[in-house]
Amino acid sequence: MSRRALGTAVAVAALLTACGGNSNNTGSKPRTITVFAAASLTNAFAAEAAAYTKQSGVHVRFSFAGSQDLVAQLNQGAPADAVATADTATLGKLTVHLSGATTLFARNRLVIVTAPGNPKHIRSAADLAKPSVVVVLAAPTVPAGKYAVKALQAAHVTVHPKSLEDNVRGVLTKVELGEADAGIVYVTDAQSAGAKVGTVALPTSPIATYPAAAVDAAGQGFVDFLTSPAGQAILARFGFLPPR
Amino acid sequence: MTNVTTIDLRASVGTFTVHVAAECKPGDVVAVVGPNGAGKSTFLRALAGLIPATGTLTVGGVDVLDRPPARRHVGWVPQDGALFPHLTALDNVAFGLRGRQGRPAAQRWLDRLGIGDLAHRRPAALSGGQAQKVALARALAREPRVLLLDEPLAALDVEARTDVRRSLRAHLGDFDGVTMLVTHDPVDVMTLASRVLALDAGAVVQDSTVTGVTTAPRTPWLAALMGSNGFYARTAAGALALDGGGVLVAADMPAGDGVDVLAVVPAHAVAVHRGRPEGSARNVWPATVRDLAVVGGRVRVTLGGAPTVLADVTTAAAADLGLAEGVDVWASVKATEVTVVVL
Amino acid sequence: MTRTRPPLSLTTAAVAGAAFLLLPLVSLADRTPWHSLPHLLTTTSAVTALRLSLECSLGALALSLVVGVPLAWLLARVDFRGKSVLRAAVTLPLVLPPVVGGVALLLAFGRHGVIPLSLAFTTWGAILAEAFVALPFLVLAVEGALLGIDERYDDVAATLGSGTTRTFFRVTLPMVLPALAAGSALAWARALGEFGATITFAGNLPGSTQTLPLDVYLTLQNDPDAAVALSTLLLALSLVVLVAMRSRWRLTR
Repeated sequence: MSRRALGTAVAVAALLTACGGNSNNTGSKPRTITVFAAASLTNAFAAEAAAYTKQSGVHVRFSFAGSQDLVAQLNQGAPADAVATADTATLGKLTVHLSGATTLFARNRLVIVTAPGNPKHIRSAADLAKPSVVVVLAAPTVPAGKYAVKALQAAHVTVHPKSLEDNVRGVLTKVELGEADAGIVYVTDAQSAGAKVGTVALPTSPIATYPAAAVDAAGQGFVDFLTSPAGQAILARFGFLPPR
Repeated sequence: MTNVTTIDLRASVGTFTVHVAAECKPGDVVAVVGPNGAGKSTFLRALAGLIPATGTLTVGGVDVLDRPPARRHVGWVPQDGALFPHLTALDNVAFGLRGRQGRPAAQRWLDRLGIGDLAHRRPAALSGGQAQKVALARALAREPRVLLLDEPLAALDVEARTDVRRSLRAHLGDFDGVTMLVTHDPVDVMTLASRVLALDAGAVVQDSTVTGVTTAPRTPWLAALMGSNGFYARTAAGALALDGGGVLVAADMPAGDGVDVLAVVPAHAVAVHRGRPEGSARNVWPATVRDLAVVGGRVRVTLGGAPTVLADVTTAAAADLGLAEGVDVWASVKATEVTVVVL
Repeated sequence: MTRTRPPLSLTTAAVAGAAFLLLPLVSLADRTPWHSLPHLLTTTSAVTALRLSLECSLGALALSLVVGVPLAWLLARVDFRGKSVLRAAVTLPLVLPPVVGGVALLLAFGRHGVIPLSLAFTTWGAILAEAFVALPFLVLAVEGALLGIDERYDDVAATLGSGTTRTFFRVTLPMVLPALAAGSALAWARALGEFGATITFAGNLPGSTQTLPLDVYLTLQNDPDAAVALSTLLLALSLVVLVAMRSRWRLTR
């Protein structure tokens, strides 16, 4: 083996070793923590992080994705200090060891959103069954879709959706753009869209609960902050209900 | 005369303009010659209608200048033939023939050129010479009134060149249209052409018979093409003062001083000596051997001096004289060998 | 053999590169539940998604051919102002995140789009979304080949009495056939794997817009085994076509 070839081999080996290294620093107190959070928490958690950093000096960085994806990534060894999902069932699929107990920090419910100006005059869940109304829902494999199916069953309405979006934000986008006449999303999503969509109450909606858990000691502070009065006030501002 | 092809074309490519005027009779084979960049290919493309041109172009009495290439009765064989690589030889020839008679007619043309057995080969499986014949058949099959051949032999090796030249000679003899043949080879000019159209810098510098170019070329380049030396000169005191330096005496001198001429000296008429020659030659001057090249069994020697001249000597003579680059020699030319072309 | 031995440093890096590309695919094959594969792949949802995927990707390929070949010809053969801008724009879908492409398609061809075709949530929408991302592959391949063809062939054809349309179909197109085949294979493969633009523009509904990649993504959430099986199917399908195409190009060369 020539010297140059040996050099290349060593470089490749070094690269592989570096990639395999553990980025979690267990020694001194970390100044930045990583939180995996459900996509529907995006706006609220950005505000939570700002407040938490001001209070504790710890910076928070997020990985936002569908709850299912978060759990799958964690089970594959993704490094996180804490995790927050949009339903308890999904969090239950976590196979990694948690350092603390699961804490419910917020609740949410579904609402019907309509295209701007509500051109199809939707007043209740029953109107979603009309053939002329283009309805999109979240896919039943994601929590929002699962809840939507339950809500419509409870209202005894059979809906033929034009699309089953892979996440609840996709539903909102389609309605905002007027592509769909109506959709079912979380109250918090509707609130974030402001005047771009109209809302119609969905009384039969199940209540979604948001659990959070610390994966290691460093993440516990943030989980605790979520249930503190300051944390709860921020969640309320974004339309979340208190965890009872 | 309705069979005459009248050309008076002006075509531009970028800032370069070509202007050619000529009148051709059926059966004329016109060798279009000139240095690189003289405008030969541009002229052909203008004739074919592939680039825009202004002026006059009547083919067989019909004005075709405003017609697209397809309706000009002009056949074009570009350099190296440009056969369609995805079609067989037969389909290449049949490409320009419509209808059910196309293929049998194409086969007859291939047969006439002696390559009928290659009909089902693709161009990649043809030799350079065979490909040229297919390209020729393809152009002739449409029975054009004007046939344009752009250096048809340039890319071929010596053997194929001889073969295709023989073929061209046979078929151009039968062809009753006008042939425009771009070439750099004096052999093509002498064996194929009946007429020479010389271009330089986009303009016609000579339009004459082949003999006219051999005996009285009007530019040094043309003289060189035909194996002669050509010098721009002016008559002065019974001799020729060469523009590039040196003096020549000719047996047949035009009357008077200050006449602009081209002095033509065939390369074989230049004698080379190791010492100053004592003979009767009127033109004798010292020179240095700059370059030696073997051409067709003879040695072509470039002699640097006043003037610088090409000399053809036999290989035996070259050996006897011990010619090599840098050797000092004497050059001599008899006055009777200097032809004076009044410009 | 007089062939020179390749330098070891290059070979090492090349092997690392090949391993980087192949290892994930091998891992996928390793995770594939082979014994339950027939069952997983014959579920109604898998068959529906597969059929739809084939329809949509072939539809997208057809659409790409119909508009992409003339577009490539325009770029290669016609001089006009703004050509460099158009050429850049044609390649843009290659770098644009497909989801953004999907939103852009909604704004262009959605119910309230510039051209309100109401294609969202229809199979045509899925075909359009796939063509949007696949088209650049075809245009690039064909344009490159067209640029490589000596324009004298067009000139010869013209002097032989062929009009531009006949010349295009009888001379130009046959000469770019290998590149056209290569571009088609890549465009088709890209369309087959398309996810982001499809789900954003056409939505996700079994039978009409839920193509195989969408099915894989959503199935992954509650049935990873089935998702892996579907992925393996997608992979095998693309592999067969790409390998077949590759050997064909060699034959035609």
